[in-house]
Amino acid sequence: MADTTTAAVPWNPKRAAPGALARLLDNKAFLVFLCLLPAVGLLLVFLTYPLGLGIWLAFTDTHIGRGGVFVGFENFESLWYDNVFWNAVFYTVFYTAVATVLKFGLGLWLALLLNENVPFKSLIRAIILMPWIVPTVLSAIAFWWMFDAQFSIISYVLVDVLGWRTSYIDFLGTPWHARWSLVFANVWRGIPFVAISLLAGLQTISPSLYEAALLDGASSWQRFRKITAPLLAPILSVVLTFSVLFTFTDFQLVYAITRGGPINSTHLMATLAFQRGIPGGQLGEGAAIAVSMIPFLILATLFSYFALSNRKWQQGGSDE
Amino acid sequence: MSNSTEEGAILSWQSAPRRLMTVYLPLALFVFVLLFPFYWMTITTFKPNAELYDYKNFNPFWVVHPTLANINKLLFETAYPRWLMTTMLVAVCSTVLSIFASVLAAYAIQRLRFRGSNVVGLAIYIAYLVPPSILFIPLATMVFQLGLFDSPLALILTYPTFLIPFCTWLLIGYFKSIPYELEECALIDGASRLQILRRITLPLAVPGLISAGIFSFTLSWNEFIYALAFISSSEKKTVPVAILTELVQGDVYQWGSLMAGSLLGSLPVAIFYSFFVDYYVSSLTGAVKE
Repeated sequence: MADTTTAAVPWNPKRAAPGALARLLDNKAFLVFLCLLPAVGLLLVFLTYPLGLGIWLAFTDTHIGRGGVFVGFENFESLWYDNVFWNAVFYTVFYTAVATVLKFGLGLWLALLLNENVPFKSLIRAIILMPWIVPTVLSAIAFWWMFDAQFSIISYVLVDVLGWRTSYIDFLGTPWHARWSLVFANVWRGIPFVAISLLAGLQTISPSLYEAALLDGASSWQRFRKITAPLLAPILSVVLTFSVLFTFTDFQLVYAITRGGPINSTHLMATLAFQRGIPGGQLGEGAAIAVSMIPFLILATLFSYFALSNRKWQQGGSDE
Repeated sequence: MSNSTEEGAILSWQSAPRRLMTVYLPLALFVFVLLFPFYWMTITTFKPNAELYDYKNFNPFWVVHPTLANINKLLFETAYPRWLMTTMLVAVCSTVLSIFASVLAAYAIQRLRFRGSNVVGLAIYIAYLVPPSILFIPLATMVFQLGLFDSPLALILTYPTFLIPFCTWLLIGYFKSIPYELEECALIDGASRLQILRRITLPLAVPGLISAGIFSFTLSWNEFIYALAFISSSEKKTVPVAILTELVQGDVYQWGSLMAGSLLGSLPVAIFYSFFVDYYVSSLTGAVKE
């Protein structure tokens, strides 16, 4: 065996016969199994099993430190008559719908602006992603401070600088103010993701299409409607699905800024599940609230699936 | 270069003033709104309390007597350095674990091409759509039963549930772009499958690995709900959780030190991000396009 310390022997024609392990590793079935084991193993143990366990817990009366027994639909029945729960469902849907519409409207606008020939484009692109990079909780604390009842900088500008209002706004003190403030913070955080993803989609559209449209005398609205929108649709639907999914299951922003208050008006289903499940100790009821989110998530996923298969059709089935 | 500016000139057919109103002004507004909270966070960090709550005598948009008292308090009177170390440890370990598992899985799915590889790929994609918000309650009971409660290991093992699906999809895309012929040549030369992965595929997929790595690191750094639910003792908390739960005490909020905590907690990811912006953007958009 040539030792590697002797640098004078660079080439060793004698190849060691492959050992049992090496031969086993060249067995394709075994290799596939080995390669998938860490990823699939971790996902099965810490994702699939908990998902099933969560559904099971929703039908038990488990508390922290005490195993539960099967109680059928009791948790769901008590939720059915629970105003706080229905309030959370309402606010979750409201929060998702309003925030998504605003995020996509403004995000698409920002993407279109960045798609123009503006100077320092890559720098701008880099800094507008900041809201998305920074830990959500930490920027949420900054918003909390900006929404302060007494020292809000937004109120200061509106009242003392511009003189548009006479009194400071109590952003987080009344239900509807708090609801809109949280939507605003969510939109602020979500715009960069939408804009950068859509910008990538815009950049794949060939400029020659726009040139042809210009020669035909198309207006800018026509160019947007007939070229940009249809070619952007596939990527738009994927980004939309992810955005809806993550907004619907949002937790951090609400937990950091209002913790569901005032008077439970800003609870999302996720924060309510947390509050009942972990500090409240009623794991069964918390799990039932979390499980109630699943039908909505399945709808969003199906939407994503059909959007993707739509893309296949648009590209003549060439996309694998 | 001249070609692209010419194109822009034709495409926009807009006069300079009109372009100012339709492009630069809205863009400036966007940048202002998106960055203002960070400015506000920074300026508050350096304000002494006298200025912080006195808008009559001091312009709130500027700081007259900057002070390091808030940062000083955070670094030396709280367990902030400990939180930072814990967060770093958790983020690095879960990233390494996820990249390792994802590389092997993506290689198996994209390159070994066994029967059902598409199904496995789709299953991993669907796993990405399962949000932590519906998993944390059953995971909390599991973590408790496994005796991992209040241990960083609980986070290191659960973070891969959202990191692996993302990284695997990103890497499948990268592996797809590497010519198959290179591997065939190596096979003919007598390399084993694992040698091919180590010597041919991985070196060519380095940009993908970096993208996946920085993305995983940031996602782990920012993770909140698991860290909130599985960790209870103060010194083992991660930065986002600790700043929210340890610095907020009573009804009077110490906004100066809260903002200092937010700023210092954001800086590591922001600096990290600034080094890898291009990888970041490409992984974000690549994952969406896949």
